[in-house]
Amino acid sequence: MIDMSTTLGTAWFAHPIFTASGCASSGKELAQFINLEDIGAVVTKSVMNKARHGRPTPRMAETASGMVNSIGLQGPGIDSFLANDLPWLVENRARVIVSIAGETVEEYAVLARKLRSAPGISAVEVNISCPNVENRGLVFACDPDASRNVIDGVRRALGGELPIIAKLSPDVTDLVSIARGVIDSGADGLALINTVLAMVINIDSMRPHLAGKTGGLSGPAIKPIAVRAIYQVHSAMPKVPILGMGGVSSGRDALELILAGASGVSVGTASFGNPSAVTQIQNELQFLLEARGFTSLTQAVGYAHRIEEASTS
Amino acid sequence: MSAINKFAEQIRPIVVSNKRVGQYHQIILNVGDVVTNCRPGNFIAINVGGESTRMILRRAFAISRVSTSGVLGGTMELIVAPHGQGSRWLCSLQEGAEIDAITPLGSAFGIPTSPVNALLVGGGYGSAPLFGLAEVLKSRGCRVDMYLGASTGSKIYAPMEGKRAVNTLRIYTEDGSMGEIGRVTAPIAQLIAEGAVDVIYSCGPMGMLSAISSIVKGSDVVHQCAVEESMACGVGICMTCVIPVADEFGVTTMKRSCIDGPVMDGSLVQWNLVGKIPEVTP
Repeated sequence: MIDMSTTLGTAWFAHPIFTASGCASSGKELAQFINLEDIGAVVTKSVMNKARHGRPTPRMAETASGMVNSIGLQGPGIDSFLANDLPWLVENRARVIVSIAGETVEEYAVLARKLRSAPGISAVEVNISCPNVENRGLVFACDPDASRNVIDGVRRALGGELPIIAKLSPDVTDLVSIARGVIDSGADGLALINTVLAMVINIDSMRPHLAGKTGGLSGPAIKPIAVRAIYQVHSAMPKVPILGMGGVSSGRDALELILAGASGVSVGTASFGNPSAVTQIQNELQFLLEARGFTSLTQAVGYAHRIEEASTS
Repeated sequence: MSAINKFAEQIRPIVVSNKRVGQYHQIILNVGDVVTNCRPGNFIAINVGGESTRMILRRAFAISRVSTSGVLGGTMELIVAPHGQGSRWLCSLQEGAEIDAITPLGSAFGIPTSPVNALLVGGGYGSAPLFGLAEVLKSRGCRVDMYLGASTGSKIYAPMEGKRAVNTLRIYTEDGSMGEIGRVTAPIAQLIAEGAVDVIYSCGPMGMLSAISSIVKGSDVVHQCAVEESMACGVGICMTCVIPVADEFGVTTMKRSCIDGPVMDGSLVQWNLVGKIPEVTP
């Protein structure tokens, strides 16, 4: 029997497939379709300090093999999350990675401080790359200094209690240098990739279709970008654990991300089309790994980087 | 376990029949035992396009009617307008085709515990779920009047057998090509003034639902409407189908029309804020 367990920093998970932030709400909605105990973890929708309405509708446009969304971090705020959503997940024996998002460096630190004493959290995902904020200049992950400052603040507030996973954007010139910066500032791992900034124009209204004008592209259309990003970062920093995501909708997709260097894989948009996608992909992945002779998932992590074997002809 | 999506099942029904009815398609699915949990107002989310499709999101359709008595077991009727790529694919399916579906989803129309005077208002093919609702209301001893409206006659969906469940049926078209000329909302104010209606059930375009809510305002008439907002998932995880709804304390938040709807209390929906966001943070 293959060992499917994995680790992200000091956090151990029995299973390698996770939900993706913003694609599972806070877990309750999916419980009718998948057994939350049997997946790596529920990565919650990014929670902010205060309750937030998000952006007006239309918030979504389907595109070829993808979709563009502009939700704008609608959510109940951290206090309500800790009082209602987190206890439900813990009661239902789900592993939990809490995703946090802030408008300022200080807000991230405040959120981290509130999570420090909350029971039942396996890791914290620091979402510094949500494309759906009012000011593109405030996408922390597009700026090396800003992203370092956020992670530094979170690290101080958490005090090493929980592994920190920094979620990065692929919309940067030099992803490796951003990744290196957040690792140097105390992140234990990386989540790659957030959605790709995109736009759809409605040819009837002849204006941007989304109320927020721009949105994040997700789904199978972006998977090759995710594979590239994970491969590049793993190549530069092979010891840094990566939670991979971006258009994964089958076991084959998940295996590609793992071979590129991901220790775990989040499934996001695929759950919109198929709410049992996370468990289906996990089962398919196990089969594919076994068929290739792996005895553990960790053997396959970054396997695409192996040095070419000498020719035996 | 959570109460959200409590009765939803992911099933693989067979298309039993697919007929063109005017501008719409009547599609019957062999869904099995899941019909016992389907209520008027609930919807079904269907994967479209087949295995190699570029369309990654499910399409949501109101359940028109269900039947438990057929020789095939439980069947479900959908009325589909072949407008977009996904619905055109569904309308192109042959009998015997197997599809991937999740149902029942969403809230249902509330059924009164004692007989009332009910007015059912449908816009375009929004009338589809109202015929199943009419049958349930009739079986509870309610008086059921139905007003259907559309821009033109070919967009009215009013099957012969459906008419049996209603006491009266009036049709309104904007171009006068069928029934009376004008909008379906025009006669409602007078009905309310006469005290001839206790509950209004509506399904159709958001503009029609909003207009009915304004007419009902200030009266004792209850208005249950099935809202329409584009969805990506149908199960409450994507947050795209939100509309502004007030709670009992008057605080407005963005509610998901898939799990908090599609049937909502029309007096709580903040129609003037649809497509906007409330200014005050909740």
